[in-house]
Amino acid sequence: MTAASYFFAILFYAATALFVVGLIYKIADFARTPAPLLIPTTPAPMTTGGVVFRMFREVALFESLFKSNLWIWAFGWMFHMGLFLVLARHLRYFTEPVWFWVELIQPFGLYGGFAMAAGLGGLWARRFLLERIRYISTPSDHLMLALLLGIAVTGLSMKFLMHTDIVLVKTFFLGLMRFELQPLPQHPGLYLHLALVAILMIIFPISKLLHAPGIFFSPTRNQADNPREARHVAPWAAELDSK
Amino acid sequence: MAGPEIKAPAFREYPTIPKLQPASMAGIKSYVASEKIQEAIGFPAKLDENWQVTHDKAIAKMGELLGKYRGLKVFMDSCVHCGACTDKCHYFIGTGDPKNMPVARQELMRSVYRRYFTLPGKLFPRLVGARDLTKDVLDEWFTYYWQCSECRRCSVFCPYGIDTAEVTMAGREILDSVGYGQKYSNEIIGKVHKIGNNLGLPGPALENTLEGLEEDVKEETGADVKYPLDVHGAEVLLVTPSADFFAEPHIESLIGYGKVFHAAGISWTLSTKASEAGNFGMFIGNYDQLRKIAMRIREAALELGVKRIVVGECGHAWRAAYAFWNTLTGIGAGANDPFSIELQKQLDPNYKQPSHICEVTWDLIRQGRLKFDKSANDHRIITFHDSCNVARASRMGDYPGGQFDIPRNIVKAVANNFVEMDVATVRERTFCCGGGGGGSTSMASISWRRFVRSAKRSFPRFCPITVSTCAWSVVCIN
Repeated sequence: MTAASYFFAILFYAATALFVVGLIYKIADFARTPAPLLIPTTPAPMTTGGVVFRMFREVALFESLFKSNLWIWAFGWMFHMGLFLVLARHLRYFTEPVWFWVELIQPFGLYGGFAMAAGLGGLWARRFLLERIRYISTPSDHLMLALLLGIAVTGLSMKFLMHTDIVLVKTFFLGLMRFELQPLPQHPGLYLHLALVAILMIIFPISKLLHAPGIFFSPTRNQADNPREARHVAPWAAELDSK
Repeated sequence: MAGPEIKAPAFREYPTIPKLQPASMAGIKSYVASEKIQEAIGFPAKLDENWQVTHDKAIAKMGELLGKYRGLKVFMDSCVHCGACTDKCHYFIGTGDPKNMPVARQELMRSVYRRYFTLPGKLFPRLVGARDLTKDVLDEWFTYYWQCSECRRCSVFCPYGIDTAEVTMAGREILDSVGYGQKYSNEIIGKVHKIGNNLGLPGPALENTLEGLEEDVKEETGADVKYPLDVHGAEVLLVTPSADFFAEPHIESLIGYGKVFHAAGISWTLSTKASEAGNFGMFIGNYDQLRKIAMRIREAALELGVKRIVVGECGHAWRAAYAFWNTLTGIGAGANDPFSIELQKQLDPNYKQPSHICEVTWDLIRQGRLKFDKSANDHRIITFHDSCNVARASRMGDYPGGQFDIPRNIVKAVANNFVEMDVATVRERTFCCGGGGGGSTSMASISWRRFVRSAKRSFPRFCPITVSTCAWSVVCIN
């Protein structure tokens, strides 16, 4: 057993704990904070079913972004859908036997990897090339893109340039899930890939990556447009009625 | 401090996004409210001489707002700086000042939020664009949060629905709470409480105006159209922006409302107490003021025993009425608490409460209770400007988007020559007139320019009339 195996075992336990606890904390915080006024951006659906459909369009198709800017939409959607396929493809390293649908999407997951990298490249180029976007970019915005692109490139390189023993990798992660430590193959590309993923998990709940849970709590998108039909009062505002 | 010269956007067939002109609007600052104005509505008179006290108060207020408004919290955390909103704000398009890009306007506050409320901002401020709250930052807030008309155009285009208006409101609320108010808005709020309307028109002046109107209309049409004030037992209470009582051409709106009710045989009244539909409490993001100003309508409705509440044409006022009145005052339906039931049992459930005057008018047209000679308008070419808060923060009728169709239907019912403006400037994409939200800047009229462009193609010689559902839009576009 190498020192790296211990290191990555501890790293992934820690990263998973921070990711889960941090995300639960933030989601609970969003959910707990009241929304005292109805502020959906109209025209908005008038029923809960309509809101679910609107939210689906936002999350799956990036509808508002599509209305806004086709370049950002194209690169952003390519990246996110690629990431989604790649994540789904990676489920095979955490399941035994591998689920049927995960088998099925394996080849698409590879295309997803390229789409992800291309989308990220496009988004990053905009941060340099467009005056407006350059103005609003912080160093962390660049680092975030570097991190994600690093994950995509190291991942793809293990498929196409320098193979690693993927069976051993799977054994390592299945072991982690059963609290039995197994050796991790010695492979610099793999080390880098895993380290970057762990960093991503750790910063997720304390960075702009919170847009992922955030959109579901965004009152301009998740409220039904029915203020004249139903009275909407937050607890702290309801107290004013009895004064 | 004078920045680069501000020029109106060039007149082009296809508009382009302007080059950045940093600080071009840094010198344009609203007047600061005097101590008297601040104290009249319960805000601290002025900034504390000890900066640390102001600093601590502002941060504490920010924390309080983050705990009270989910929108603010989610918006502070969610922005990824994608840039989708950067070319959507009329203040940016008109001035090129990068701090008028919605994301940058939010960032004025988000940078402070990160510094005091997030771990990365506390540990690595420069890396994540976090900064301490200083007097300069507070001044910057005052300058740029009063260069937003809370029109919500950016929120249409944001992939997470981040609404800069909410951030602007929070910014203004924090500024007020440390004694750094804006003269125009806070003075008006004082007048509403003292006199009953934003313009400070007292009861006798209203009475006089309305009597004069009755005479004018009699002279013009021969009909005995009444403009009643404080009539108990009337069916409809009409609440309208106070500009309708004396400003040109707004008074034409009021004359029109009276004619509609007269022709339809509906008994109606105005109220001295509630002689103002506008709600500047919303502009400054102060829930107590928002509620207190809205409560005047509830009280007037209860006192006069009206069955219906109808709101005149004002964009932000219609948002406050449509989206907030039920929450704030129980004007609406569907409540099960005693406070709201007291009013809701008095109101006629067959009508939407409150109703927009356009909803009322369109219903009457559909029922055939209003008749028009369309040819009288044949010399006019008419278009419709969607008012920002009607389009993006409210609704008319009983389906989403009714706020776009109903006013257009009315125009088409009374005139033959209706033309639509450029598709990128109508419905929820409409440009703000620049007048609302407490800034009253009337700087943009961008949609107007685009309209002229598209209309020129269709009508070589034309005399366009723009119809709008907002008192401010009328001022700005004129």
